[in-house]
This record gives sequence, C-alpha cells and structure tokens, in this order.
Amino acid sequence: MKTLAELQAIRDRMKSQMASRGTADGSDIKIVVGMATCGIAAGARPVLNAIVEEVENRKLTNVKVTQTGCIGMCKLEPLVDVIMPGKEKVTYVHVTPEKARRIVAGHVVNGNVVTEYTVDGEKA
Amino acid sequence: MLERAHILVCGGTGCTSGNSNKIYSEFQTRLKEQGLDKEVKLIMTGCFGLCARGPIVVVYPEGTFYQHVKPEDVAEIVGEHILKGRPVERLLHSEKEEDGSLKAINETDFYKRQKRVVLRNCGIINPESIDEYLAYDGYKAYEKVVTEMTPQGVIDEIKKSGLRGRGGGGFSTGMKWQFAHDSVSDVKYVVCNADEGDPGAFMDRSLLEGDPHAVIEAMMIAGYAIGARQGYIYVRAEYPIAVQRLEIAIGQAREYGILGKNIMGLGHDFDIELRLGAGAFVCGEETALLNSTEGKRGEPRQRPPFPAVKGLFEKPTLINNVETYGNITQIILNGADWFASMGTEKSKGTKVFALGGKINNTGLVEIPMGTTLRTIIEEIGGGIPHGKKFKAAQTGGPSGGCIPAQLIDTKIDYDNLIAIGSMMGSGGLIVMDEDNCMVDIAKFFLEFTVDESCGKCTPCRIGNKRLYEMLDAVTKGKATMEDLDKMEQLCYYIKENSLCGLGQTAPNPVLSTLKYFRDEYVEHVKNKRCPAGVCKALVSYKINPDACIGCGLCKRNCPVGAISGDIKQPHVIDASKCIKCGACVQACRKNAIVK
Repeated sequence: MKTLAELQAIRDRMKSQMASRGTADGSDIKIVVGMATCGIAAGARPVLNAIVEEVENRKLTNVKVTQTGCIGMCKLEPLVDVIMPGKEKVTYVHVTPEKARRIVAGHVVNGNVVTEYTVDGEKA
Repeated sequence: MLERAHILVCGGTGCTSGNSNKIYSEFQTRLKEQGLDKEVKLIMTGCFGLCARGPIVVVYPEGTFYQHVKPEDVAEIVGEHILKGRPVERLLHSEKEEDGSLKAINETDFYKRQKRVVLRNCGIINPESIDEYLAYDGYKAYEKVVTEMTPQGVIDEIKKSGLRGRGGGGFSTGMKWQFAHDSVSDVKYVVCNADEGDPGAFMDRSLLEGDPHAVIEAMMIAGYAIGARQGYIYVRAEYPIAVQRLEIAIGQAREYGILGKNIMGLGHDFDIELRLGAGAFVCGEETALLNSTEGKRGEPRQRPPFPAVKGLFEKPTLINNVETYGNITQIILNGADWFASMGTEKSKGTKVFALGGKINNTGLVEIPMGTTLRTIIEEIGGGIPHGKKFKAAQTGGPSGGCIPAQLIDTKIDYDNLIAIGSMMGSGGLIVMDEDNCMVDIAKFFLEFTVDESCGKCTPCRIGNKRLYEMLDAVTKGKATMEDLDKMEQLCYYIKENSLCGLGQTAPNPVLSTLKYFRDEYVEHVKNKRCPAGVCKALVSYKINPDACIGCGLCKRNCPVGAISGDIKQPHVIDASKCIKCGACVQACRKNAIVK
C-alpha cells in the first residue's frame, strides 16, 4: 500500500516530467536549439541534452526546450536562442555543453544575459 | 532523464481503427534508429476529439498537431521534426498565426471554443499509467473528502454545484446521492452505467479510454459519501479498448492500495468490479442494467422502489453515468461555486457531445452548457461538408428529437431542449443536411428501438412495431392523411404507457419530425414524392434530353441495363428495369439525370 506521502512524491516527480505537455501560455521561457544538419554537425545534440538535464536538475517547470532548423548562420553553430517572456530574444553562438549550463544558470534562472557568448560578445 | 519532447499518439477507438497502433510501433523503431529514444517520450493517449482528422499525433512542447498520419509518415516526423525541429508542414492541422508561426493545438478553432472539464486528461495523459493520472492531481479529491469532509459534506457540495445526470434524464446528482445516503442498510453499492448505446454516441467510451482513473476515483468518493464498499462498472463488451484500460487501471489502483481495504491508510474500504454487457440497448436503462449486473435477463423493473432504496441485489444502490462521474473530482477539488459558474441557470457545468453526421469536424467536443447549436455546428464543427445547407440536428439519439434549422440559435441545456421537443440525452449530436429525408431519419431511429425493445411491456413491444409499419407506409407512398393523425395518437399512447425510459421516449423522433417537418410527411402522402430524394420507392430517375449529350457513360455504368440510346443522341431510362441505385447520377458529367 502506498501512503499519502508516497503518492504525493509520485505526483511531484511526474509533474516535473510532464511539464512540457501543457501548452505554452506566454509566461514560459523558451530555449531554442538550432538542430539543422549544420547544428548537429557542430555538436548541437550534446548541447540540447545538457540544457534538458540542467532544466530538470533545477526543476524549472516553466521552461520549454525546443529545436529549430537552420537560420543561415551555419558557421556560428551550435546556436541557442533564449526567449524570456516580454523580452527580446537573445542568441548565443558556438555553444558547448559547458556554456549551455552557464546560460541556463545565468540567463534563464537569474535573468543575466551571458554577454560573452552572444554574437556581439564573441566579436568584442 | 527528463524527456525534451513528448510524442502523443491517439489510442482512441477511431484512431486505432485508423492504424494508430502501427504508427506507435513505427515511432518506437524510428526513435531508436535515430538514437532519440532516451530523450523523447512516446505515449499512447485517449481520444483527442477531432476524430475526423485521425489518426492524430501531437508533439509537445510545441503542441504541434498532425492529422491523417500514416505509418509511412513517421520516419519523416522523426527525422525532420524531432531531430531537426522542422515541423512536417504537409501533415499539419495546426492553423497559422498572422505572422506565419504555428498555433498550438489549444489555439485552433476546434479547441478554442471548448471548455474541457470532463475530458481534461483525454489526449494529454497515458491512460494506462496511474502515475500520469497522479501527476494531474489524481486521487487528491478522494484524499480530500476522506481527510477533510463528512459524507454529508460531500453530498452538500455536489448538490450545491448543481450537477445533473449526464446520462439523459438530467436528474440532480446531489439528490440521487442523498437518497442513497439516507437509505439504511449494512451493504450498499455504487454502480457506473457505461452501457452507452445510442447510435452515434461515444462520449463515455472516450472518457473510459482516455482517463479511466477519473471514473474510478469518482466512484470511490461516491462510496465514501453514501457508505458503500463495493462498486460495479457495467460496460459494453463492444468497447474492448475501454474494457482493457479499465482492467489495467483497476489493477494499478489495487497495486497502489488505492482500491481495496484501508485505502491510503485512511480507514475506508472500496473495491470495483467490471461487468460486461452483451450489447442490449435496454441495459442502459438503470433498472435493466441492475438486473443484468446480477446475472438476470436485462429487463427493466417497476419503479418505485427506486434503486436508491432497493437496487442491486435488493440493496440501496447509487447509479450514475460515466460522464457524471467524470465531473466529480473537479467539483471536489475546485469547489461547487467554480462548477456552478459555468453553464446556465438550471444546467451547470459542461456537456460532452459526439458530433456526427453531415459535419466537417466529426468528433468529440465539450462545451459549457448554454452554448448555441450554431456555435457547435458552424464554429467548432466547421460547418456542413460540400457547402450544403443545414437542415436539422438530432440530439438524444433514438430517445431524442430533432432541432430544425430555424432553432439553430437555441442555447443547449436540459430545459431548453425539452421545451423544443428534444432532450439532452447522453450527448449524441447528429447533423443532417438538405439531402436527408426526415421521415427516413425517424424511421431509422424507430427501427433501432423496435429492434432493441426488450418486449416486457406491450405498448413498447407492439406499439412501436405498429408505428414503424405506418412510417414505412409513408416512405412508400402508401399512407393516408388519417394515418398521420393516427401515428401521432399512437406516439402519445406509447409514451404514456411504457414501463421504462426506452418505450417512453421511443416515439420522440417521430413526434418531433412530425412537429417540425410535417410538410415533408404530407409531401410523401399526398404527392407520393420524397423531397430529399431518399425514399427509394418514391424516386424515379429521368434523363433531361436537353442536357444529355449522348456520351453513353450512364449506359455503361448502369448495372441492370436499364438505359438505352445511341451515341450523341439523348438516352432514356426504362423505369421498369431501374433499381434506383444512383450509379448513373454519379457517372453523368452534365448533371442530366434528375430525380
């Protein structure tokens, strides 16, 4: 027999697993990974996995991780967009799994854009 | 690891017959092939509602809605969408926003106007996983009533919500619970009526297939409220998927100690057994259902005593329909006031309808009570196919009546439907266009009830048969005007004198078509003509010599050789040979053949 506490534990665990199934209501943060052939070739898969892992570890239920196709800047891949509700989209370039984790921690959780990983930041 | 995407394949009956099992296994293979099976979750859900576009696949987190998916499309969805994030445009149902981006499933016209309370989990969770049900506050309502509420408190809450029985009659659910609660007995039963038999109705089926735990939890709450420890679900054997998922759900609940003795350690016992019906329509009538559950012949009993006093095995029994139970957990969790804020003055909450017939979006919709028929048909249902004109809608199946086009702005609730001579019924809604003959429709439904009458009482057994014969005479042009009056009289006689709901409502389709489409009956009787061209005995095919170009297509397509004529000369149909199959009409490119 499961006790009330055990049932609640299942609820909590499943809730975070199923968070992505609710539909976006505008208050969600979107992280978009470029996953066209160019992105995959440049290593977008490990980046995507790192982001998903980080989102899970931090129990971020209002974050949706999706992929997109090629946006034309193939030489800057892997590309990751972070779209916070009500704010301009921020595009990160040459992302690695390590950089991705920092982006989730710095930008998504704390709201500070990691400028050195953006297009402009790289040039500077 | 957290899955970054969820692929939901519809496992309702409609999509399953469209091969969704094959689609599911194809996804398994392809995901593995691409090494994506660890990062993407694949599940089979209950019905999404838009059955006309099945088989349906939805991909989250975007909420991308794919329609008419075939097993051979799966490789493309996995390779393009799941791997590269490019939705497969040719399979999309999702409408586009003005800026060209895709609308999520809930934003489409079909879903936007709906309010999903009963169907909240259908098409979202995996019905074969109790954990997923738990994630959406599953079994929390039960926990709440047992730990925080008295049985009377539960009943008061249901009464306050204004919930009425969704099986057809529309009796107050709270009152029903009160009667069962007030009957004194050491043993009581909770029964779920899942013997959905109306032609064209599949609301209960979809709920059982898509969210079986919701029904189980509601029955447990009912058991606590009236003081019962045993429940029965009487479900049709013709619903194999529903039966299978119920069995799985009951098994999982027992495993978790949610059904059985001392549930969740809270001291309340409750268990549920399934009873399979053999497909008799009359067993949807509550007293016949109780007889059948006991293993007796499915014939109705005399009422009173009502089941709440003397029901299953002569013990006080609470019997509710599947959809009624579907509302219970939400009322407990969100409160009676929340529920009562939806709907009209005397009909609260929502109602699920199975849309069928001449309508584009065949499927399952849930709308707040008080929504107009026009909204359902034109906005949610997407209108009538091929630009035809709406003629009438039949609600309540063979027990209900039709709503003619001039009443399309009627607000749908229990009392409004009765006022116009129809009834809510269990929720079948069959749409008819100008090509439907209303006499033929009435005959169709009556034929069904004649077939399904159990034969226990005379008015139903013989009365409906005689009524059917008269209708048949009308469709063959052999009736007189006096027959129409006689039919009407007989209808009232059957309604007043039948033993159970089957007989009492069987003449409704005849009465309501006589009321709103009497001119069609008169046309059949006086002019021996079927205006819609449906009643075969009254139709004759002719070729218009001015339009015929003598191409010979009709001649070649006629299966009985009734058409003759030389090439480039107008052809003629020999009426004595013609079997009125309509093949020539289909074949003719010049619309030269007229009825």
